[in-house]
Amino acid sequence: MSVSTGTDGIKDVHTPLSDADVQTLKAGDRVRISGVIYTARDAAHGRLFPLIERGEPLPIDVKGQIIYYTGPSPARPGTVIGSVGPTTASRMDKFTPALLALGLKGTIGKGYRGQPVKEALRQHTGVYFGSIGGAGAVLSEFVKKAEVVAYEDLGTEAIRRLEVADFPAIVLYDCHGGDLYQDGQKVYAREDTK
Amino acid sequence: MREIHVSAIADGVKKLCMEANWNLEPDMLRAFDRALGTERSAAGKQVLTILKQNAELARTRQIPYCQDTGMVICFVDLGQDVHVTGGGLYAAINEGVSQGYKEGYLRASIVRSPFDRVNTGDNTPAVIHVDVVPGATLKIMLMAKGGGCENRSKYTMLTPAAGLPGVKDFIIECVKTAGPDACPPLILGVGVGGTFEKAAILSKKALFRELGSPNPDPTLDTLEQELLARANRLGIGPQGYGGDTTSFGVHILTYPCHITSLPVAVTIECHAHRHKEVTL
Repeated sequence: MSVSTGTDGIKDVHTPLSDADVQTLKAGDRVRISGVIYTARDAAHGRLFPLIERGEPLPIDVKGQIIYYTGPSPARPGTVIGSVGPTTASRMDKFTPALLALGLKGTIGKGYRGQPVKEALRQHTGVYFGSIGGAGAVLSEFVKKAEVVAYEDLGTEAIRRLEVADFPAIVLYDCHGGDLYQDGQKVYAREDTK
Repeated sequence: MREIHVSAIADGVKKLCMEANWNLEPDMLRAFDRALGTERSAAGKQVLTILKQNAELARTRQIPYCQDTGMVICFVDLGQDVHVTGGGLYAAINEGVSQGYKEGYLRASIVRSPFDRVNTGDNTPAVIHVDVVPGATLKIMLMAKGGGCENRSKYTMLTPAAGLPGVKDFIIECVKTAGPDACPPLILGVGVGGTFEKAAILSKKALFRELGSPNPDPTLDTLEQELLARANRLGIGPQGYGGDTTSFGVHILTYPCHITSLPVAVTIECHAHRHKEVTL
């Protein structure tokens, strides 16, 4: 198993993930992610998608992996990476079901996803994690190694292989239909403001 | 006539770009503290605490608070007795942006065309608004505007019959649809009146007022407080995890408008509200 619960109640998640691992994760779970994750955002997805449609191999094997939707700022000399917080995930919704069908197990981003992504998470046993948008400086502390593995010409939008240790995140959507946004917001909504 | 050389303008803009991205302004830090005192959600409090740590880390390491270091927006008050020498004002501002983003290890996030999407490599060009004003100084108000929240900004043309209730409902609807995508707690810049483009420009300019300061117009100030309270009853909370702090503030600017029109623009700004100004 690549998921275990720490004494502090936070779940430790080690990549790559299996279906059984993903099934243990529930919306609202706080997690620490360790291992390899890949960055990809709009432009990289735009290049991956035609390859998937044509049935051609991708520059990275997504099976069991996690894609982090981010475009880091440049690293200062002597550092691993610059600020590296999440970007809005819904812009990648068009591409996510196809990647989940290829065996991708998780994505990290921020914000709501569309219904087709929620259904694909169920169908292919995937999980959508959230990291804190705008906390890019803090999040850079958990990245131990970073290298561009595809589409270097895209600059910040290139696909990077990151080695992370205890990268903090929360389960936003699980593979059972759980949704942290819905659960969390209804507790604090004081009235219908329509 | 007072002469200001373009090198002084470029240098000023360069510093604003770096400092805005590394050092969150005191009005934002105070907003985090105020919210920590009122937020009931444990998850929301944790987000606010991490964001404060993030601001401190960014400041001490001179790295950007958020990796999205934004599109640069400049509002320039150009004194009519100023003569800009050595080149063009717009080119000088863009030179400052280019230098600031390259030397400050800030992300290049601008593509040269909305269609071919090729990155310009130095975050230029900026969006520049110039007002000619009395006097012999040149004031530059600069914002590094994040894309995620900008994408949730909205405009509508209401009928005069829709009136104030229609304006209020539209603003609250914008907060709802922005949700977690725009990185709440949000600041809402609102422009009401003028024309299609005037309302949009006002909605940006409104964001430059110090957060937490009252609107100089008492009627608008009351309206802002009402809308802020209403936004914070939505339950969206910090990062959308649920909570009481969905917005830090609502800033409204108005302008006269046509008898047929009631234009309303809302610029959604995230908690990475990076704004600085300099007067030359």
